Amino acid sequence: MYEVLNRRDLAPGIVQLEVHAPLIAKKRKPGNFVIVRPTPTGERIPLTTVTSDSERGSITLIIQAIGKTTHILNRMQKGDHLSDVVGPLGEPTPIKNYGTVICIGGGVGTAVLYPITKALKEAGNRVISIIGAQSSELIILEQEMKDVSDELIVTTDDGSYGMKGFVTDALREIIPKENPQSVFAMGPLPMMKAVADMTRKPQIKTYASLNPIMMDGTGMCGACRVSVDGKLKFACVDGPEFDAHAINFDELVSRNKTYMDQEKFAMHLFQNQKECKAEATYEQ
Amino acid sequence: MPLKPAERMKIPRNQPLIQPADDRIQNFQEVSEGFDVTRASEEALRCLECVDPVCMHGCPVEIDIREFIRLIYKKDYQGAISKIRESNYLPSICGRVCPQESLCEAVCLVGKKHEPVAIGKLERFVADYERNNGKFSPPEIAKSKGQKVAVVGSGPGGLTVAAEMAQMGYDVTIYEALHEAGGVLKYGIPEFRLPKHIVDAEVDRVKALGVKIETNVIIGRTLTIDELFDEDGYDAVYLGTGAGSPKFLNIPGENLSGVYSASELLTRVNLMKAYKFPEYDTPLKIGKRVAVIGGGDTAMDAVRTSKRLGPEETILLYRRSREQMPAREEEVHHAEEEGINFQLLTNPIRIHGDEDGWVKAIECQRMQLGEPDDEGRRRPVPIEGETVTFEVDTVVVAIGQSPNPIIQHTTPGLETTDWGTIVVDENGATTREGIYAGGDISRGGATVIEAVADGKKASRSMDAYLAEKKVKPQD
Ligand SMILES: Cc1cc2nc3c(=O)[nH]c(=O)nc-3n(C[C@H](O)[C@H](O)[C@H](O)COP(=O)(O)OP(=O)(O)OC[C@H]3O[C@@H](n4cnc5c(N)ncnc54)[C@H](O)[C@@H]3O)c2cc1C
Ligand SMILES: Cc1cc2nc3c(=O)[nH]c(=O)nc-3n(C[C@H](O)[C@H](O)[C@H](O)COP(=O)(O)OP(=O)(O)OC[C@H]3O[C@@H](n4cnc5c(N)ncnc54)[C@H](O)[C@@H]3O)c2cc1C
Ligand code: SF4
Ligand code: SF4
Ligand code: FES
Repeated sequence: MYEVLNRRDLAPGIVQLEVHAPLIAKKRKPGNFVIVRPTPTGERIPLTTVTSDSERGSITLIIQAIGKTTHILNRMQKGDHLSDVVGPLGEPTPIKNYGTVICIGGGVGTAVLYPITKALKEAGNRVISIIGAQSSELIILEQEMKDVSDELIVTTDDGSYGMKGFVTDALREIIPKENPQSVFAMGPLPMMKAVADMTRKPQIKTYASLNPIMMDGTGMCGACRVSVDGKLKFACVDGPEFDAHAINFDELVSRNKTYMDQEKFAMHLFQNQKECKAEATYEQ
Repeated sequence: MPLKPAERMKIPRNQPLIQPADDRIQNFQEVSEGFDVTRASEEALRCLECVDPVCMHGCPVEIDIREFIRLIYKKDYQGAISKIRESNYLPSICGRVCPQESLCEAVCLVGKKHEPVAIGKLERFVADYERNNGKFSPPEIAKSKGQKVAVVGSGPGGLTVAAEMAQMGYDVTIYEALHEAGGVLKYGIPEFRLPKHIVDAEVDRVKALGVKIETNVIIGRTLTIDELFDEDGYDAVYLGTGAGSPKFLNIPGENLSGVYSASELLTRVNLMKAYKFPEYDTPLKIGKRVAVIGGGDTAMDAVRTSKRLGPEETILLYRRSREQMPAREEEVHHAEEEGINFQLLTNPIRIHGDEDGWVKAIECQRMQLGEPDDEGRRRPVPIEGETVTFEVDTVVVAIGQSPNPIIQHTTPGLETTDWGTIVVDENGATTREGIYAGGDISRGGATVIEAVADGKKASRSMDAYLAEKKVKPQD
């Protein structure tokens, strides 16, 4: 069992959990993730290891409540236990001194981005970061990102904070000014696709961190397969980061909808737990 | 008075109670109930107690079959199970899933003229009898040797090595990547062939020998092999990591939504209990018309599992003929009974999708058997111009698995073959000192009992290696 050592609310629906997992804490590198199963009847889902503290034997996860499993995690309090946490998984991000890099985080993607940004900064890069969300209260890790960036731009879709617009609007302005060698994009698929489209022509090496559906996280099920440069890749072992210009985003967008009906159904039951309990069955 | 051989041979082979096909396709309960005491006694009577019990040589772990059947005949069930456990620590599993018809039963003398003695079902019977009557007492454990052994993977091979080494007095820990122990027995083979509580009971018996099981540890990620030796002080390591990486066909449309590997389908259902959704959170979407591709045990399990999830039509696509199917005859037969639509000599060439990226049809090439090749095997060749398209919304690819490369990539000095399997000598030793391997990781896809046999052989050589290591001064 993996104890929750600390809990912090970052934004509406977004929580940070510090979880006891000493072996993972010792090993994890920026870009790694873990697979978590919150309860004995739960689902296995992937979450990025945002930070780790090998002395406390802990890792930090940032979770946005989307469906049932992430809602269960969002309700967890200090002293609660997760049934299973396994990792670290995935290939670590290729960290080196590229020169100037742009790090782009959309929504909870900023949680995935932060450890990578930090490592890139420590490797000596000039780091320009752009983080965006729908509105001001959904911006997370602003101070943390500021601490590890030479410059930080915040965008909101509704203009309630920072620059009004999408992260790509900020990127469009920055590319000619900074002439970056690399771009790292983490966030919703449409956002990463838009970033890739923007950096393709100027031929700026761009990495996107993919979020396909995963189960084991070790290359055993093939659920996480994606097409990169027309080749079959398993995001859990070959990724999760890939050359953004080679990714077939449309295919992934559609694959990620595979379980939409069941996900909605599970969420509906979860929210109405008291009314309709065990009798509910799901018709295929 | 015991019967004469000729009279014994006349007794027809006993059949276990089987859930009728119409019922069983609506549930995940075990298909076969196995023998009851009466049937087991009757069946035991059929054994001729041969002077040269050839059956034993047909069993990869050489269970003393003649003796355990004699003990069943004498109603000494405890004696029978103890006898089996001397050679095989997982009897309730092997009794169920061994391809007996091509092993022990294939050579049984009775089988020369009549149907062979139902050795597997008798093995299962005594194991079930013991479990249901709660009489298990662990075998004797030798005095502690003061040396530590790590076993990677908790499939049948890993469990066997752990049991063997623990009985010899070693301090054994199993590391397992998943959250439950059992390997394919847990995530691959379905509940209706091998109930999971039975796997759990066998795992508990391994634990009863003092073996520790650490789940959620991926060797090569969470800990490396070198750390096991250098930091955790293990004296030897056994790799029983299986062949868990799914193969795909590389045909167009394979990444559409609604295309699964058999491993994904089976793991969702077996390990994650998606068949109990929404009580369990893991979803699985099985549409109205399912096509499963392949002809092995995995394909049979995938197609029969799909059937139980309630689609209108379940099709099996296999490019060779029925006789050439590698799956066990019993399973093929059960699948036919369950109303699976077998499309043989049919080779998928393309999967078509709809505008949302979801599978809508699978296009196949019809095949015929060509002239026998040098080995006398008739290869399927396309029938020019004959294609067929099935409208389906779910496709399951069950064409085999290959070894997962995580350990090979993170362990210097470990030689592998072009197929990604780990190279071992006849004693199970790898190319690195102190590291042994067996089962699917060294054979590619094989069987449970072969993984068990490899584990036993490797345990003997590990024991010899460790004994020598102990007396040799370490530098
Ligand atoms: C490598 C990786 C790292 C991730 N890191 C984070 C993170 O740090 N913080 C965070 O909040 N989220 C992260 N995610 C996304 C997170 O895993 C999903 O939000 C979560 O699985 C949704 O589960 P649910 O039951 O709450 O929602 P559901 O209602 O089940 O699903 C909502 C959507 O989430 C996706 N999803 C569903 N099941 C899975 C699954 N088993 N695996 C992956 N995606 C799934 C699908 O697109 C689905 O439409 C990461 C995903 C990946 C692949
Ligand atoms: C669907 C299906 C049906 C089958 N039916 C039959 C049958 O009826 N009869 C029969 O005899 N055989 C059958 N087989 C084959 C049989 O299951 C295998 O040959 C056997 O399980 C191999 O055993 P093993 O011990 O080598 O490994 P496995 O059973 O594959 O177990 C390996 C274990 O190692 C773990 N692991 C892998 N990598 C790591 C790592 N890096 N760190 C930690 N743990 C790791 C895995 O999670 C897994 O639990 C079937 C196989 C499948 C897939
Ligand atoms: S273990 Fe398998 S081969 Fe050996 S006796 Fe039992 S069923 Fe036969
Ligand atoms: S070969 Fe058949 S008849 Fe002879 S001892 Fe073995 S099981 Fe009995
Ligand atoms: S999550 Fe199963 S192979 Fe990647």
